[in-house]
Amino acid sequence: MNMLTEASIEQKLSPMKNEPRIKMRGDKVTVHYGEKQALFGVDLQIPEHQVTALIGPSGCGKSTFLRCLNRMNDTIDGCRVGGKVTLDQEDVYDPKIDVVELRARVGMVFQKPNPFPKSIYENIAYGPRIHGLTKSKAEMDEVVEKSLRKAAIWDEVKDRLSESGTGLSGGQQQRLCIARAIAVSPEVILMDEPCSALDPIATAKVEELIDELRQNYTIVIVTHSMQQAARVSQRTAMFHIGYLVEEGPTDKMFTNPDDKRTQDYITGRFG
Amino acid sequence: MAAVETTGSGARTIDWSSDEFKKRRSRRYAADRRLQYYGIAAIATALGLLAILITSLVMTGYTAFTQTMVSVQITLDDERIDRNDVFGANWRNIVRDAFKAATPGLETADERAYFAMFTNNAPFLVRDRVVADPRLVGTTVTFTIPMADPVDQLAKGQIDRSTPESQRRVSDQQIAWFDGLAQQGMISRPFNTGLFFNADSRFPELAGLAGAISGSFWALMVCFFISFPCGIAAAIYLEEFAPKNKLTDLIEVNINNLAAVPSVVFGLLALAVFIGWFNMPRSIPLVGGLALALMTLPTIIIVTRASLKSVPSSIREAALGIGASKHEVIMHHILPLAMPTILTGTIIGLAQALGETAPLLLIGMNAFITSPPAGILEPATALPTQIFIWADSPERGFVSRTSAAILVLLGFLITMNAIAIFLRQRFERRW
Ligand SMILES: Nc1ncnc2c1ncn2[C@@H]1O[C@H](COP(=O)(O)OP(=O)(O)O)[C@@H](O)[C@H]1O
Ligand SMILES: [Mg+2]
Repeated sequence: MNMLTEASIEQKLSPMKNEPRIKMRGDKVTVHYGEKQALFGVDLQIPEHQVTALIGPSGCGKSTFLRCLNRMNDTIDGCRVGGKVTLDQEDVYDPKIDVVELRARVGMVFQKPNPFPKSIYENIAYGPRIHGLTKSKAEMDEVVEKSLRKAAIWDEVKDRLSESGTGLSGGQQQRLCIARAIAVSPEVILMDEPCSALDPIATAKVEELIDELRQNYTIVIVTHSMQQAARVSQRTAMFHIGYLVEEGPTDKMFTNPDDKRTQDYITGRFG
Repeated sequence: MAAVETTGSGARTIDWSSDEFKKRRSRRYAADRRLQYYGIAAIATALGLLAILITSLVMTGYTAFTQTMVSVQITLDDERIDRNDVFGANWRNIVRDAFKAATPGLETADERAYFAMFTNNAPFLVRDRVVADPRLVGTTVTFTIPMADPVDQLAKGQIDRSTPESQRRVSDQQIAWFDGLAQQGMISRPFNTGLFFNADSRFPELAGLAGAISGSFWALMVCFFISFPCGIAAAIYLEEFAPKNKLTDLIEVNINNLAAVPSVVFGLLALAVFIGWFNMPRSIPLVGGLALALMTLPTIIIVTRASLKSVPSSIREAALGIGASKHEVIMHHILPLAMPTILTGTIIGLAQALGETAPLLLIGMNAFITSPPAGILEPATALPTQIFIWADSPERGFVSRTSAAILVLLGFLITMNAIAIFLRQRFERRW
């Protein structure tokens, strides 16, 4: 209840009427890996039903920031996160938060396609099953089909659902992983360079898919391809050695960036 | 001309085909070849030694896989056997009369030497069969009875007829009797099933490995059911849950050291703890298995940790990424993927335990026990300790049986390792 009102107050306070709601927010996020600091006070807002692209030279902390959003950093020894990350105004790092629920709500697709070495069906059904999202086999079948359809891979795999997910091509595997993330009905999907291991045709398919998914999900995508950021995202955030250099609407970032470093990076002068 | 020349502008031209470079390359190739030869020589040495071992075992052991038997007709006269007390009949005389009938004209003074040709236990063998099937009373049955060890060796040519009589363990007279029996077609040398189905005995012709095999089986069972779950649970905790601190480092170092502790120490530990404190009986497979479990546990922990570690982190992340709990990640993904490697390691650990002698000697699994154990609480021997006992026995017949027992043990070890290799080949790297 409390949360809801806070959210609505925020809506009312926002200056522009059709400004989208902020789904996730990083507030002075810092990350240390042991002694080494990887992020220095990053403030970033992730608007709902939009694709936010994180760009920047490699090693600048894009993945690190992304992994703060669903607390995947918890699994890394010696990784400490400071500042605040919120999902719908809720502090994600609150000790009371349930990480399992958080990760169900904030799904993730990784750089290298990583289907489970199980059947295609089982890959999709696994998430809904552990969370108890379906009541019957028929319902599960439906979830599996819907997820695969949304990930635009249904037609390619519908006849071989019982075959191993690892037997698919790289691009199919990545769409399978996207379907797997969709199957638990997340609110946000985080994608860490989802196309870097794919050929151009598979990349095009995944990009098209990302654009469609925006209708129902909030997407944060890390990419090292400027063209990709330009094609799929509405907002872009530029990172540089642990700092958020600049963020804004994608078209503005690519045509008229405020920061010299952004300008240099986009035009390929460093990276 | 020099092989490397620096031109005026600083660029270098390299003459790769110059003699200097050619020589240098051929020296490098020679080093490659030498390394290869050392390897081949090492493998040849190892294979040679293995061949010598196996050949010598087979040469001495193969004769133990057959046993000289005599087939005699024994009349189970109802006048001499009371149907209501089959057990109490004078079996010694019944059997001896049958033996006597096979060699007509035997002098009374020679009887002792004559009967010594047959296994001492012949009356009991006959009795036990008739007790098991009392309907035989009143009929005449052909029994196949093992010949005593010296005669067995004579039949197998291990006792040379041409050595002087005083220097061999069968007399000329016994040889003559034996030849007489052979001429009547009463002597045969079938496969020695007794080697696998009899328990230990003082008489080589009756001694078998049944007790040792089942003792080893029960001990390995105990070892497996303790070390496998404990090892996996410990490894999962250390690998997935334990915080990285001084204490867990210490535990880790100790586990690694434990794997290198000589097995005799585990035997002493088992003796002190299980037999000394807990007052468990000696010689039982339960205690033997516990001692072996102590030994196998570190191996299984190390193998399990290594195989958990080898599951790619992408699988772990995939599961965590859709909200699987730690338990689900481990039980649904990591452990099943690691299992083939864990099983392989476990089988190899068990194979090691199967061949382990020292701890079993210390807890008394080298006792003389003439019936196979029915479970983990009955005194038993094990294969390696049986080999130890037989190797220690003075009777000549145990020499070939010792080798045969070693071959049987090796057979089990090879089988277990083959299963391990099969599992590895079949299931390795499914991602
Ligand atoms: N698990 C880790 N342990 C230690 N340092 C890490 C780890 N992951 C990333 N880093 C460091 O953090 C910085 C940011 O890394 P990352 O977020 O992966 O960059 P990007 O995804 O932008 O290429 C890098 O300097 C990297 O070396
Ligand atoms: Mg990265």
